[in-house]
Parts: sequence; structure tokens; C-alpha cells
Amino acid sequence: MQTLAEGLRLPTNGLDYAILAIYFVVVLGIGFMARASVKTSLDFFLSGRSLPAWVTGLAFVAANLGATEILGMAATGAQYGVAVVHWYWIGAIPAMVFLGLVMMPFYYRSKVRSVPEFLLQRFDRSAHLLSSVLFAFAAILIAGVNLYALSIVVEALLGWPQWVAIVVAGLFVLVYITIGGLSSAIYNEVLQFFVILAALIPLTVLGLKRVGGWDAMSDSLTKQHGGDFMTAWGGTGIGDANPLGANWLTIILGLGFVLSFGYWTTNFAEVQRALSAKNLSAAKRTPLIAAFPKIFIVFAVMIPGLVAAVIVPKIGTPDSDLTYNDAIPLLMQELLPNGVLGIAVTGLLAAFMAGMAANVSSFNTVFTTDIWQRYVVKDKPDTYYLRFGRLITAIGVLASIGTAFIAASFSNIMSYLQTLFSFFNVPMFVVFIIGMFWKRASMKSGVWGLVAGTAAAMINYFWIYKGGIIDIPSDQGANFVSAIVGFVAGAVVMVVVTLFTAPKPEAELAGLVYGTESPSPDEELDEADRAWYRKPALLGWGAIVLAAACYIPYSF
Amino acid sequence: MSDLHKEVSELERKSATAARLFDIRRIIGGLFVVYGVIVTIAGLSPSDADLKKAEGVHINLWTGLAMLALGLFFLVWMKLRPAEAPAAPEAEPEREPGSGTG
Repeated sequence: MQTLAEGLRLPTNGLDYAILAIYFVVVLGIGFMARASVKTSLDFFLSGRSLPAWVTGLAFVAANLGATEILGMAATGAQYGVAVVHWYWIGAIPAMVFLGLVMMPFYYRSKVRSVPEFLLQRFDRSAHLLSSVLFAFAAILIAGVNLYALSIVVEALLGWPQWVAIVVAGLFVLVYITIGGLSSAIYNEVLQFFVILAALIPLTVLGLKRVGGWDAMSDSLTKQHGGDFMTAWGGTGIGDANPLGANWLTIILGLGFVLSFGYWTTNFAEVQRALSAKNLSAAKRTPLIAAFPKIFIVFAVMIPGLVAAVIVPKIGTPDSDLTYNDAIPLLMQELLPNGVLGIAVTGLLAAFMAGMAANVSSFNTVFTTDIWQRYVVKDKPDTYYLRFGRLITAIGVLASIGTAFIAASFSNIMSYLQTLFSFFNVPMFVVFIIGMFWKRASMKSGVWGLVAGTAAAMINYFWIYKGGIIDIPSDQGANFVSAIVGFVAGAVVMVVVTLFTAPKPEAELAGLVYGTESPSPDEELDEADRAWYRKPALLGWGAIVLAAACYIPYSF
Repeated sequence: MSDLHKEVSELERKSATAARLFDIRRIIGGLFVVYGVIVTIAGLSPSDADLKKAEGVHINLWTGLAMLALGLFFLVWMKLRPAEAPAAPEAEPEREPGSGTG
């Protein structure tokens, strides 16, 4: 994301700052209050695997609902119209349901503490080390992107110098995670979820009122951008031109299947929330509970984006000072009086910090348990790793402050993040899916699948697309295609390598691969978890049906 | 496989989160009640400029009341369904578990 437009300074007053100050106090308070519960490294990194499903579920959705996501998706709405719903209904829900119903039993029962640790159990040390290092690197990078984006927004909206915003937000995250560990991060995410809703809902309601309701907005945008702007699938026939630069096939396969499954099912910043649940039933329900708010949040980001496109018809073009990313800040400035404005500023800052905290709290786990404890300083008592985890948390925050300036070269934050995910996460998903469902997949196939998938996606994006060898109309479209290419390359290489190398001994695969016995017997289901509304299959299929139904008004 | 399994199971036994972590509903409830009261008061007699800005909607009042209601919902929920004490682990000679405030 580049700079936010000048002139977006919000008319904040003492009331708004009081609301913001209360929030910062509560954030730290949660950290200090959670401290008493951190006795072992498992408490620090995984909340002792003991949180209830509604907490982990809301944290699961909130960890994704960072401010870069909120501003970026509103920007996508202003730029591409209703097509932004694809990132939610096809680009999130199926993958979340798949994680909950299909993959979670393997993850949770195997007692792995991280996603890379699963690769160590299923494949070998080289796959483990590679994915751990890649993840640690990406997590710091993304935390840095969040911090950088925060500083730009805060400078534009509140007039704080960039370095002040970076230092203040960074230090708060550092303090509350170092002290309270994952419990503190998760509790703050749950709180942030409600605060950001309290900010977005009034904004959406007033925005719609401003442009005369949905129908008037729809008419105005249709006149301005053509009929496809207000539909989900209009103009996505193969060979048709549409602003997204993608057709229905690349949307379904690239976004809906490869990118989305890679992100939601193997990104440890998300999966960690589910692994901290108190039992298998709660772990399964974590992404399923998250799916329901996820279905509806799109309205609270898309509508402000669309409203901004009506109010400022030239938004995002050289004729306007405003970029697409300004959609939500613009509406805050135009519509919210002091009071609600303070809530909105607080929600935005909270979302930035939560987005960063999710990455820091997953980074410290992977760095400590997967890199340090496994390869560098082994076999120390648990208190040592708990101390080290706290130290590396602080170092990780400082490192992400240092990397805060990488995000500058893309015009749209989401493109940037999606590009990264398509390189790191695409091969992760193909390795997981083959590893979980094909017993024969050999030990060495894991690392080669990761290498081949990452390389293929990068080559496709930077050389074939950026180099102009094939013509794809937009960065987004190229991301989708790169993801598909990376997935296929990873799969092919895994199969080929498997044919020439040794399988993992069957005994070591117990509980990790479909069709093996788990070594930990199924625990008795809690009395309360037998209730019909806690049945994972019902929740999961309910979410799928609901998401599909949401498409109906925007498809014909 | 079994090494990891043993290690994590051992840590789970020693874990203090279930017994000592406070209930987040108290914090959500408290914060939203405070915010709800502040924003509602701000919305009781809006200035003409504020009203005009918000398209004539008493947005502070409505948002404040909604936040207040959400806050009260969490406090009432906590009252009605307090967190179950974890199935008593072997008596640990440390502090009282689950006093609720952490």
C-alpha cells in the first residue's frame, strides 16, 4: 500500500482519545491477567490446549480480520465491485469447513504444536526445517507489513508521525504477548472482533443511507461501471474481459481451491487458534464457528467500499487524490461523529495490532519449538524454552519493526499479501493434502514438493507474467494462475519423488494419515458437546449451504 | 511419533491455563458496558452538526445502546453459565485454582 491521501485527517477529540486510551489499558490488562496462567511452554505457545470453542473460533476469524484485510477488502470492493464476495464465500468458507471436518482430527490428535511439526512427523527433517524457516520468515514479514500499514493510516488519520505509531503499537504487542503468551493474544483477538464490528456496522449503515440505500447505490454504480460491477460472476466467462482479470475457472481453482485452502488449512497463524482448543470437538468447531461471522463480514467491508466508489466516482484513478485503500477512512471522516468515531479508530488500531499479534504469536512458537528446541539447543528443561519463547517474542517484534518498509511497491495491500501466500502456502497445502491422504508418499517427497511448488509459483509470477511472456490482465488474476501452477508442480514432483524414494515406515504414520489408527484413543465426548448445535458436520455443512445461498442474489 | 506425544501429554498435565486463566466474558462485558455508557451519553443530545454528518441518524445513541446490550449479554451469560471448573487435577500444592480473576 502506498500513502493514504492527504486530507483524511479525522476530527478526533478528547472523547475519541479517551475511548482509545481505555482500549490500550485493557489490552495490557489482559496480558498481565493472563500471566498467572502461563506455567509451561505449552501454556505460552498453545494456551495449554484448553480454551473453549467459541473463544478459539472468534480468535480464528479475528486473526484473519486484521486491518490490512479490512482496508484491502474494502479497496477490492471499490475497485472490482461485488466480485469481492469471492474472497469470502468461495475463497474462505469451503477451506474453513475442510479444515474443521477433515484435517483437524489429524492435526489435533497427533498433538503437534505447530503446522511444521506435523510435517516433521509425516515426512522428514528437511521438510520440517524448510517449512519452519519459511514460515518464520513470512510471519515476520507480514507482521512488518501490518505495522507499516498501521503507521501510514495513523499518520493520515490522527497525525501521529509514522515512527511514533510503529513504536507504540509494536511495544504494546510486545508487552502483552511476552507476558501473557497465546492466551493473551487470543483474548485480545476476541475483544478486537467485537470492537471492529462495533466500528464497521455503524459505518455500513450510515454509508448506505448516504447513497440512498442499496438500490440507489446499485443503479449509480451500474451506470458508472456497467452491469457486471454489481454481480459476482458477471463477465467471468473464459475469454471475457473483466476488471478482476480472472475467469470463473481461475477463481474457483486458484482462489477458491489452491490459495484459500493453502491459507486457511496450513497457515499456522490460523491453525494455532484451533490447536489451542480444549478437546477434539472444540478444535473441529473452531474454524466452523469462525465460518459464520466470516460469511457476513463481507457486507461490512464491501458496502463501505462500494459507497466510497459512489461518493468519489474517480477513486483510485489518477484524477483523484484518494486511493482504493482510502475507502473506509474516507467514510469514517465523512459520516461518523465523535464517539462512534473513537470506536472506529480504536477498532482499526485494534485490528492492526491483532493482525500483527497473530503473526508474532505463531512466529515465536515455530521459532522456539520447531527451530531452536529441535535443532539448536535440545533437551533443556521446559522452563528454559518458556524463557526463550519470551525472549524470541521480543526479538520477533523488533525484527518486524525492521521489516516494516517492504510493502511499498504494490498499490493494493491484498495483492501483496496474496502474492506472498501464493508462494509460501500453495506448496504447503499440496504437501499436506497428499501427505494426509496417500500413505505411500515418501519421506523425501515432502521437501521436494515444497521446493518445486514455491519455485514454480514464483517463476510463473515473476518471469512468465511480469516478464510479459503470457498476458494476464491483472496482478490478482496472475496470482490465481501462479497458485494453480505451483499446486500442480508440487503435486507432480511429489508423485515422481515418491516413486523413487523410500516410504515412511507405517508404524510412524499412525494417526497422521487417512486410514491409520490414531495412537490416542478417541476421548469420550463431553456431555455438553453432544448437543445438536455442537455437531461439527451440521455446523460445517450449514456454513457451506449458507455461503452458497448468499451467492444467489448476486448471480442472476 | 510417540516421543512428541509423550512430551506434549506431559506438558498438558502440568499446564495451568485451564485452572488459572480468567474468563474473557468478564472483560468483553466490562469494556462494552463502559463503552456503551460513554457513547450513549455522547449521543443523548447530539449537536446539529453531528446529526447532519450522520445523515440524521442518532448514531451515537444507537451504537451506544447496542454496545451496552452486548456488554450486558456477556455479563449475564457469565453469570448464568460460569466456566466449568476443570476436572480436578491431582491436588497441586500451589495456589487456589480458578478464582476467576487470574
